[in-house]
Amino acid sequence: MAGLLELTAYELAQKIRSREVSAQEAAEAANERVEAVEPEVKAFITTTPELTLARAAEVDARNGNLKPWDGVPLAVKDVLSTRGVRTTCGSRILENFEPLYDASALVNFGENLVMVGKANMDEFAMGSSTENSAYGPTRNPWDLSRVPGGSSGGSAAAVAAGEGWWALGTDTGGSVRQPAALCGIVGLKPTYGRVSRHGLVAFASSLDQVGPMTRDVRDAALLLQAVAGHDPHDSTSANVEVPDYLSELEGGVSGLRIGLVGEMMGEGIDPGVREVVERIAGELEEAGASVGEAHLPHQEYALPAYYIIAPAEVSSNLARFDGVRYGLRVPAEGVHEMYRRTREEGFGDEAKRRIMLGTYALSTGYYEAYYGQAQKVRTKIIEDFRSAFSQFDLLLSPTAPTVAFEVGAKVDDPLAMYYQDVCSIPANLAGIPAISVPGGLSEGLPVGVQLMGDHFTEPLILRAARAVEEVSGFEYEMKP
Amino acid sequence: METKERRTYQAVIGLEFHAHVATRTKMFCGCRVAYGDPPNTHTCPVCLGHPGALPVINERAVELGVMAGLAMGCEVAPRAVFARKNYFYPDLPKGYQISQYEEPICTGGYIDVPTSEGTVRVRIQRLHLEEDTAKNVHVGTSGRMHGSTGSLIDFNRSGTPLMEIVTEPDIPSPEAARETAVRLKEILQAVGASEADMEKGQLRCEANVSIRNPDGSFGTKTELKNINSFRFMERGLLRELRRQREVLEAGGQVQQRTMHYDPEGDEVYETRSKEFAEDYRYFPEPDLLPLEFTEAWINELRSRLPELPEAMRARFVEQYGLSEYDAGVLTSDRELASYYEKVAFEVDPKQAANWISGDLRALLNEAGTEISDTKVTPQRMIELIGLVENGTISRSAAKDVLARIFESGESPSAVVEREGLAQMGADELSGVVEEVISANPEEAQRVREGDKKVIGFLIGQVMKATRGNADGGQVREILMERLGS
Repeated sequence: MAGLLELTAYELAQKIRSREVSAQEAAEAANERVEAVEPEVKAFITTTPELTLARAAEVDARNGNLKPWDGVPLAVKDVLSTRGVRTTCGSRILENFEPLYDASALVNFGENLVMVGKANMDEFAMGSSTENSAYGPTRNPWDLSRVPGGSSGGSAAAVAAGEGWWALGTDTGGSVRQPAALCGIVGLKPTYGRVSRHGLVAFASSLDQVGPMTRDVRDAALLLQAVAGHDPHDSTSANVEVPDYLSELEGGVSGLRIGLVGEMMGEGIDPGVREVVERIAGELEEAGASVGEAHLPHQEYALPAYYIIAPAEVSSNLARFDGVRYGLRVPAEGVHEMYRRTREEGFGDEAKRRIMLGTYALSTGYYEAYYGQAQKVRTKIIEDFRSAFSQFDLLLSPTAPTVAFEVGAKVDDPLAMYYQDVCSIPANLAGIPAISVPGGLSEGLPVGVQLMGDHFTEPLILRAARAVEEVSGFEYEMKP
Repeated sequence: METKERRTYQAVIGLEFHAHVATRTKMFCGCRVAYGDPPNTHTCPVCLGHPGALPVINERAVELGVMAGLAMGCEVAPRAVFARKNYFYPDLPKGYQISQYEEPICTGGYIDVPTSEGTVRVRIQRLHLEEDTAKNVHVGTSGRMHGSTGSLIDFNRSGTPLMEIVTEPDIPSPEAARETAVRLKEILQAVGASEADMEKGQLRCEANVSIRNPDGSFGTKTELKNINSFRFMERGLLRELRRQREVLEAGGQVQQRTMHYDPEGDEVYETRSKEFAEDYRYFPEPDLLPLEFTEAWINELRSRLPELPEAMRARFVEQYGLSEYDAGVLTSDRELASYYEKVAFEVDPKQAANWISGDLRALLNEAGTEISDTKVTPQRMIELIGLVENGTISRSAAKDVLARIFESGESPSAVVEREGLAQMGADELSGVVEEVISANPEEAQRVREGDKKVIGFLIGQVMKATRGNADGGQVREILMERLGS
């Protein structure tokens, strides 16, 4: 079955559709691979080998009318609600929680979704290394002493290690793109509203977005095709037609105006990372794009604004985990003591830190100075992008300031950890789509380059990302 | 010599109402709104606050909220925003209530409230939409949390739509407060925005109460809770105002407190004060887009507003020649008004008013029946009044007939026929009169001599002999003629 593992998701899907390969063969290959590498990689909180096979059998039993993505085993970040399969969000507080319904993104993918398991993550998607998981850290398949990035580190590691062909992650400040960059795969954060959030356990509602994490750009286009679309259950989902994401992929970059973001290429970005991005910029120019320097003048305020808005929303979103109806309950005398002890034991340090930050930021007397001010910054950042997109079709930058770092290197320094998202956060604040695609190596580890576009320009972003893939010479390689 | 300054005590009252919005489904999910069903039978991930579930606004609730606002002359915001009100409580599954804060759907507006001291204009500060909480049921005690052995939660109520309506502190007396509530109820019912039955908890109220300082400024206010009937509202406010006045007269100061009214003992109690003020950390609900209302949409809703109780009252006085009182009674209930109009279209409107607001309502009240459920259909009522108008039966016989058909639902004619209640014709009646005169010669003589008072006795005898099937006026006429007085 080793041959199957070499295929991309797109290629595998075609073989399944043409019945050249059965979904069950693919499922078995995925399960075997999981068994082989999971002890080292630890990409999953919950693996579901029986479900994987059962669903694959259902796919095979279907007579024709398979969708172009059916039957390809998928890893699902454990923040997406899966009916009857425990969904922990990387938290002790939801250790045994089995949802009553499937997330709309999974429903869109279709019945008989062949799920490999629920991928590890930083608790409630808060973190950049997957070390904030209550279920232990995931390792980077490229170097098991290093982190896979986060918060969708389990999803990224699963794809990099071939534990399933592709994965869904979620991105609130870079949580799809940064781990994709650190694990040498493709990660796309779609336009806010492109994929339904219904069933995505909320971290920061105004920023969260489900995104594909894949071996290459074509797979990303296909997976986006599978999960995108308007959802009446999510008022913030966009009622905008879903285009064919695959049809323009090979269009190239000739004639495209690409802006290299000056504010994301300076201090704080590793020289090795900068080099890769500069090289890619040069190659794109050679491929026919016009490359210039773009500016996002309020970039330096994006990270601080994010660390007001996201914690504010999370302080409210995590309030429902109170031990009353589901999840962990630590019994105590009286309801308030029960709340206190349940949340004390159920949440990890980072979740508590952000709940406190957010609670403070929303408090009477501080609201205007913090939350109100951060919203103004958000408006400025949106204006920055609007202005940049009047000059450029796409913006180019590093995805993350560094390559994968050692496990434990930043756990005691939250600010250094937060800085991992310095290049990815602005797209979330503005709600625009952004993709990370491998651009090359630095210190033998993958470097992601980021392309950002205006709202709903995923076809353009994917097309340019495909060109990056072409010029970079980087090819997916299963690790370890 | 010591002169004690006499102080007048002027009440200042503001009311805050919560009304159930009359929608079929909940505010943010598709679960049915149903009260009294077995616990936890109308729930889903959204109203249970399950992880990842998202709210979707019930458009009908927004329409009804805006229509209620328009009915009170409110301004409808071009843009309204839902906000999260954050606090922990077991009946609040998400740890926040979706409500509205800085940008409610309606502001301004007023209700004109008639009181014994003239009409008071009570301004509406705001009207907004929110979701109700679940219901805690404490077991092992009489239903209070304190001392209970356990608590259960029924989520059927969780997420049902509520309208919060806040008045300005324009209300000068407990009587005016009660009347404000009555008028509000009528408006909400007329618009169809809420059934607004206080007894059923569909309209709940809290009051802010203070006594104006001698210099005219506002005194310290207290919040009064548990005034969930019109009667208790007035009595509770009177009681709290008396308490405040006693505090002031004793030289004390009113403390800002939340008070609880106990109608049984007619007492007010201070509710246990919180250790610190709750900070709800309101912020705009990121799961919902702001509501945007176009002028055209607002106008369309305005055009759908039914005739409001006050306008209807004025029209009844004008069109049917009714007294203010009768018009008020008949328009206090939409169904009753509609019933009346059907009947008044066919018979004398004043007679119709007498029968409906008097006799029929008495029967309804006694039986605890709603006008919409009575067996006396407008058609039956028209027939009954017709029988009186054309002299077939007397008014007193008609009252008996009404009582019968109220029970049986038969047609009035059938009852008259069967019971032989039709009035006697003039000839037959003359015969009876002759008999009565012969049987009572002394009294007849006294009438002939001009003693008018005795005629009543003779009329009574005739009525008795005819078992009431005679028109009193006609009997008198015949008697007068015979006795030549």
